[in-house]
Amino acid sequence: MSAGAIPAVAQSAATRLRKRARAERLWSSFTLWLGVGIVAFIAFVSFAAPLLGFHNPNEQHLLDALQPPSRAHPFGTDALGRDILTRVVYGGRIDLTFAFVTTIIPFALGVLLGCWAGYRGGWLDTVVNRLVDIVVAFPFIVLILAIVTITGPGLKGAYIGVFAVGWALYARLTRGEMLVEREKEYILAARTLGYSPRRIVMRHALPNVLRASIVFSMADVVLNILLLSSLSYLGLGAIPPSPEWGALVADGKDLILTAWWVATLPGLAIVVTGVAFSLIGDGLADRLGRDFTLTTGGEADAGGR
Amino acid sequence: MTGYILRRIVQAIPVLIGITLASFLLIHLVPGDPARIILGARATPQAIADLNHQLGLDRSLVAQYGDFVGGAVHLNFGESIKQNTAIGPLLGSRIGVTLFLLLYAVIISIIVAVPLAIVSALRRNRPADHGIRLFSMVTFAMPSFLLGLLLILFFSLKLGWLPTAGYGDTLSEHVKSLTLPAITVGLYLAPILLRTLRVGIIETLGTEFVEAARARGLSERRVVLKHVLRNSLISTVTVLGLNVGFLLSGLVIIENVFALPGMGSELVNAILARDYPMVQALTLIFGVAVVMINLLTDLIYAELDPRVRL
Repeated sequence: MSAGAIPAVAQSAATRLRKRARAERLWSSFTLWLGVGIVAFIAFVSFAAPLLGFHNPNEQHLLDALQPPSRAHPFGTDALGRDILTRVVYGGRIDLTFAFVTTIIPFALGVLLGCWAGYRGGWLDTVVNRLVDIVVAFPFIVLILAIVTITGPGLKGAYIGVFAVGWALYARLTRGEMLVEREKEYILAARTLGYSPRRIVMRHALPNVLRASIVFSMADVVLNILLLSSLSYLGLGAIPPSPEWGALVADGKDLILTAWWVATLPGLAIVVTGVAFSLIGDGLADRLGRDFTLTTGGEADAGGR
Repeated sequence: MTGYILRRIVQAIPVLIGITLASFLLIHLVPGDPARIILGARATPQAIADLNHQLGLDRSLVAQYGDFVGGAVHLNFGESIKQNTAIGPLLGSRIGVTLFLLLYAVIISIIVAVPLAIVSALRRNRPADHGIRLFSMVTFAMPSFLLGLLLILFFSLKLGWLPTAGYGDTLSEHVKSLTLPAITVGLYLAPILLRTLRVGIIETLGTEFVEAARARGLSERRVVLKHVLRNSLISTVTVLGLNVGFLLSGLVIIENVFALPGMGSELVNAILARDYPMVQALTLIFGVAVVMINLLTDLIYAELDPRVRL
């Protein structure tokens, strides 16, 4: 069609719309890659800490106690003269490892269960579904505090709690997607070709039912970091002198009036990391073409926490 | 409808049993002898035996479970080991603070989230929407204890407007003391509410009855306020009800940050002090409360929106 056939007004409106759509796409990739960049930077600094000149997070210099941020100590020092930036950097190892492990394992487990339950149906589906209902309805914070009571303060309780509960939402999300997916023609075609259910589920359906779970996992990472840091803040998670981020904030809470940097700068690390993961989640949601939010798939999921 | 109610209640039963079992078994799952852990390494065997007897740990599991559930039904949760008082009346004096804070926080959360959700949905993918998104990302990633500390830093210490901790004695003191904690918990909840509402409003804006309202020549303002918002408020109530567990974790943390004499700080103190009967009681109460509120929310929602019952 020649351009002349379209009225000028419609043409300019169409150009405007196209321009806006392009701007939105650019913005969305920018925020996505910004998130990826921040996360990569924090992970790199934490795990390569000794190479970057950050040495012992517990090294005390009592004469340098409670120094405000300066060139020598960009985040200042705490009541024992420990360099707070070094502690935050090493704390990143604890929080990022926790967040990674407590997201990826429930993710894998939940997606696999949800996939098979959705594809197979029958008793497997009924069992998985009932289990998910019970786990999701169980108030998470109550469960985790009960577990911490049993295990005593430490990371163990937090790990056990998340493993016990985390898989359920992934299973629910994946099962829901699978119920739709398994009726689609390419699956029927694969079945007609005589492929094994294993091959159909793992090779054909799986990549297509992951979207909701991937997007939710980014919110899940944030929730898991918040969980660990909150427990540590309350004295129920990481044990001093561990430089876990929430524990660092707790260290500084009574100094907030005299030395604001002790509590707030480690707290900032939590916020920046969380926002970075949320940016990734948002960008992925845009890319995967659906308006998933923190509360995808039945609002109860964030409520699980 | 009756079928749906029954089905929903039947679904809640295993969860409730699970909660009673979990809180009951808690004291038995603690590695080692609970009485010895409570009394310390230097306790005499006689003292340990006495405490075991007082806790009922020398009887059969089934009998203990029966007593535990039977007592709980009559709000009798035994005695706190550390505070040497009956748990029921003690928590009775704490529950008011927690409920007050919960209500106050929910109100603040609605005041913050609903207008932002409307603006965000109407200005979808415009700068205002991006700004609100960023706000909700930051509040979502912000640990509530950090937000609490920051609010204390500015409003209590720098400006001196509001108290830093405690609950006060009179109603106006209560309101004042709970303002910062309620803002903290409210902002903790707001992003969840905001994002769900935004999606809901965007969906509602695309429906035929909104189109019809516009076609009748109603002003955009009237369409949004009377038609769209009214529809979204139902989902607000649902989101709140379903997220009560999430809200609860905020309450537990914030009561500690602001040293409020509520059930949440009681729970954390009990865990730290190994006051097992107290932990059991609070686990049970919180667990049952969350399940009941979720159940009620579902039933109310089904009453308002018949499609759910299918």
